Amino acid sequence: MSSVEGTVAPAVLSANRISKSFGEIPVLFSIDFDIKPGEVHAIIGENGAGKSTLIKILSGIEQPTSGSITYDGETVTLPPDGKAEAMGIVLIHQELNLAEHLTASESIFLGRELKRFGFLDLGEMRKRAAALMDTLHVRVDPDDRISTLSVADKQMVEIAKAISRDARVLIMDEPTAVLSVGETQTLFEQIRRLTARGVAVIFISHKLDEIMELADRVTVLRDGQLIATVGTEALTPDSIAQMMVGRELSNLYPPKHEPDVDAPVVLGIRNLVAKGVKDISFDLKRGEILGFAGLIGSGRTAVAEAIVGLSHRTGGEITLDGKPVNFTQVAQSVDAGLAYMTKDRKGKGLLLNMGLRPNLTLLTLDRHIKAGFLDSSSEERALERAVRRFDIRARDASVAVGRLSGGNQQKLMLGKTMESEPDIIIMDEPTRGIDVGTKQQIYHIIAALAAEGKSIILISSEMQEVIGLSHRVVVMREGRLTGVLEGAEITEAEIMRYAAGIKQSGNDERISA
Amino acid sequence: MSVSAPDIPAKTKRGFRLDLKTVGPLLALALLVLLGISLNENFLSYNNLTNVLARSSFIGIIAIGATFVITAGGLDLSVGSMAAVIAGVMIMVMNWLIPSMGIGWGVVIAGMATGILLGGVAGVFNGTMITRGRIEAFIVTLGTMGIFRSLVTFLADGGTLSLNFQVADVYRPVYYAGVLGVPWPIIVFALVAIGGEVVMRYTAFGRYCAAIGSNEQVARYSSINVDNVRLLTYILQGILVGVAVLLYVPRLGSASSTTGVLWELEAIAGVIIGGTTLKGGYGRIWGTVVGVVILGLIGNILNLQSLISPYLNGAFQGVIIILAVLLQRGRRT
Repeated sequence: MSSVEGTVAPAVLSANRISKSFGEIPVLFSIDFDIKPGEVHAIIGENGAGKSTLIKILSGIEQPTSGSITYDGETVTLPPDGKAEAMGIVLIHQELNLAEHLTASESIFLGRELKRFGFLDLGEMRKRAAALMDTLHVRVDPDDRISTLSVADKQMVEIAKAISRDARVLIMDEPTAVLSVGETQTLFEQIRRLTARGVAVIFISHKLDEIMELADRVTVLRDGQLIATVGTEALTPDSIAQMMVGRELSNLYPPKHEPDVDAPVVLGIRNLVAKGVKDISFDLKRGEILGFAGLIGSGRTAVAEAIVGLSHRTGGEITLDGKPVNFTQVAQSVDAGLAYMTKDRKGKGLLLNMGLRPNLTLLTLDRHIKAGFLDSSSEERALERAVRRFDIRARDASVAVGRLSGGNQQKLMLGKTMESEPDIIIMDEPTRGIDVGTKQQIYHIIAALAAEGKSIILISSEMQEVIGLSHRVVVMREGRLTGVLEGAEITEAEIMRYAAGIKQSGNDERISA
Repeated sequence: MSVSAPDIPAKTKRGFRLDLKTVGPLLALALLVLLGISLNENFLSYNNLTNVLARSSFIGIIAIGATFVITAGGLDLSVGSMAAVIAGVMIMVMNWLIPSMGIGWGVVIAGMATGILLGGVAGVFNGTMITRGRIEAFIVTLGTMGIFRSLVTFLADGGTLSLNFQVADVYRPVYYAGVLGVPWPIIVFALVAIGGEVVMRYTAFGRYCAAIGSNEQVARYSSINVDNVRLLTYILQGILVGVAVLLYVPRLGSASSTTGVLWELEAIAGVIIGGTTLKGGYGRIWGTVVGVVILGLIGNILNLQSLISPYLNGAFQGVIIILAVLLQRGRRT
C-alpha cells in the first residue's frame, strides 16, 4: 500500500464544499472529499451520518444542492442513473444489483453486449469474462448462474463488471457487511490488485478493524458534517470510534426507570441456533428494555424470528416465565403474549392497499368475531383506541396506509402489535426512516410500556437509540453474541468495539443479569 | 388529532371516488339493459330474462368461487374441465345406482352428493399441490385442467355420457322448475352470491383472503395460517363447481369432452369485470355477479338483433374485459 500522506498525485475525483438537502431537510453540510489514483479512502460514520448520500453524489445518482465535483481536474456535472459508469466511476451497491437468472458472463456485459453482424457474440463475451475472472483469481465460470453463486462471488462478478468498464473510481457501499472473514480477505486482495493498477477505491464500512487494514485515508462524517479526513497510520480503532461519537444525548429520550433488581426473568434464551444465529443466550427481565446492537446483518432479526417461530430453530431452549416453549407458528407466540414487530413495515408489516382498520386488527381478528362474523363496531372501537393511544394521524380511516407517512405507518404497526396485548414485545428498528418528532413519541411509548411492566427487546441500528433507551445492551456480530453491556458501560465507543469485533466478552456469567 | 378530525371534506371526496369505482360495472350493466330494450321489445320479457340468468348461473356460481381464489392471490384454470369430469362421473354413478336403488330421487340425491364431494376432492388436490407442493397455481391448475379434460374424454370413450332417460325425467325440474316462477339455478346462484358476499365481507376468512392476496408476507407475520386459507379457497372453488354441475346436468342430461369448455375463462372474466384485481388483495362478490350477467347479456343481445353477427360474441366479451381492466387502472391513481 502506498503511503499517501504528502504525495503530490492529483486527485482523480473530488467534491468541493458539497451540500445536499432533501426538501427542507439538510443531510450534508459543505463536505470536502477527494480520492487519488491507487488510493483506498474509507468513509465512516453512524447510520444517518450522510455516507450514502455522499457516495450517491460522487457517483452521479444524486446531484448536490450546492458545491461542485471535479473529475480529472475539470469541474463536471455527473450524469444520473449510473451513466457516470461510462466515465469510469462505478458504484457497487450494498444490495448487489445483479439479475439472478443471468449467467456471470451475461451480467458482466449487460447493457454493452458484444455483437458480431448484429448478433450476440457469445463466445467472445464468454472468453473475455473468463479472462477477467482469471485476472481477479476468482473461481467463477462465465456460464454460472448468478443465483447459484455465493454473496462473495456475486461481489466478485460486480467487481469484474466494474473492471470491464475500465473503472477508475470504484465506490463500494459496505461490501463486507455480508461476507465471512475469509471472503473479506479475498475481497481485500482484489481491492489491492486494483489499487496497484491505479484504480481509486472509496469504501464504506462499519468495521473499524477492516478500515485500519485496508484504507490509506479515513473520512469521518457525523450528522452530515465532515469531522475529519486523516491518514490511517495516525489512527487507532478507538480514536475513530471517538470521532464518530462526540455527541451528547439530548432529552430526546425519556428518563430511564431501572427494573427492580429482583424482577423475574420472563424470557430466557439458551444456546439458540437458527439460520444466521450461532449459539445465543440471554435473559429478559420484567419491565426491562434490552437493546440489541450490532451491524446490519449481524443476526439480530434472525434471533427475533427464531424466537417467535417465524424461522426454524435448529437448537437451543426458550423459556417463557420459566416454562419451556417451542413456537413453530407466529400465532402461538402471539397467544403466549410475545409479539414481534418487523422492521420491514412495507414488505412484512402492513397491507399498503388497505385502510387503517383492517391493518390494525389483522393480527388479532379473532377478537373481533361475534357469532362467526366480524364485528365492525368492535374493530372501529379498537381503531379509535389505537389512534388516541399512539397518536396516529390520517386524513381519514379509509385512506390506504401506503399513503401515510412513515411515522404514522410505524405508529399504526405499533398499535397493531399492541392489540395482541403482549407482555413481551420485540421491536425491530422501530424508528427506521421516520422523523425526529415521531421518534421521540415512540421512545416515550417504549419507556412507558416498560414502566407498565412490559418487557421489551429493542433491536436498532441507531446506536444513540439503543443507548438512550436500554437498561442493558446485547451486542451481536456475525450471528454471535459478543457482549452484554450494563450501566456505565453502555457507550457508543464500547458498543462499537464489540460490534466491530475488537472486543469480545464471551464470558457466560455476564449473560444472566 | 384523530382520524375523524378533518372529516367533512375528506368524506365527500371519498364518497365520490368510491362511487366511480362502484358504479363502473353497474353502469355498464345499465347501458346493456337499455341497449337490449331499444333493440328488441322481447328483451325484458320474463322468458328472455330468466333464460339469460339461468344460463349465466353456472358460470356465476363458479365465478364466485373464483373470486375467493383470485382475491387470495391464486388462480384456478381447471374449473371448466373439472365441471365436465364431475358431470360425467355424476351421470355414471347415477346410471350405476339405478339397478340397486331404482328410479327416483334417491339416485338423483346420491348423484348430487357425488358431484359436490368430487368438487371438494378436486379442490383439495389443487390446493394441496399449490400450498404444500409450492408450485405456482397457474402451473398446477393448467395441469389439472388437462388431466380432468382427458379423464372425461376417456370416461365417455370419446363420445357422450348420457343419463338414463327416466332418471333424467326425475332430475329435470332442478333446472327447469323453480319457486314462484324463478328457476332453481337462479335461486341457487342468488343464495350462493349472498352467502359469498357475507363470507367475503363479514368473516375473518374473507379478510384473510384479501390480506394474503395483498401481501403474503404481511399475512404470515400477522400470524395468519396462509397455507390453510389458500387451501380452503381451492376447496370452496371445487365445491362450488360441484354445485354448478348438479344444476347443469338436468339441463341436457349428458356430458362429453366439450362440456364446460372455456368456462374457466368466462368465470375469470366475470370476476375481473366485476372489479376484483387479478393479482389479488381486493375482491367483491356482487361485482362478480354483475360481471357474469354482463357477459351473459352480451350474448343475448347479439342474438336478439340482426345487424351484427352473433358469432362476434367472443370479440365483444373480450373488448369488455380489456375495457374493465383499463378502467380499473385509471381509477387507482
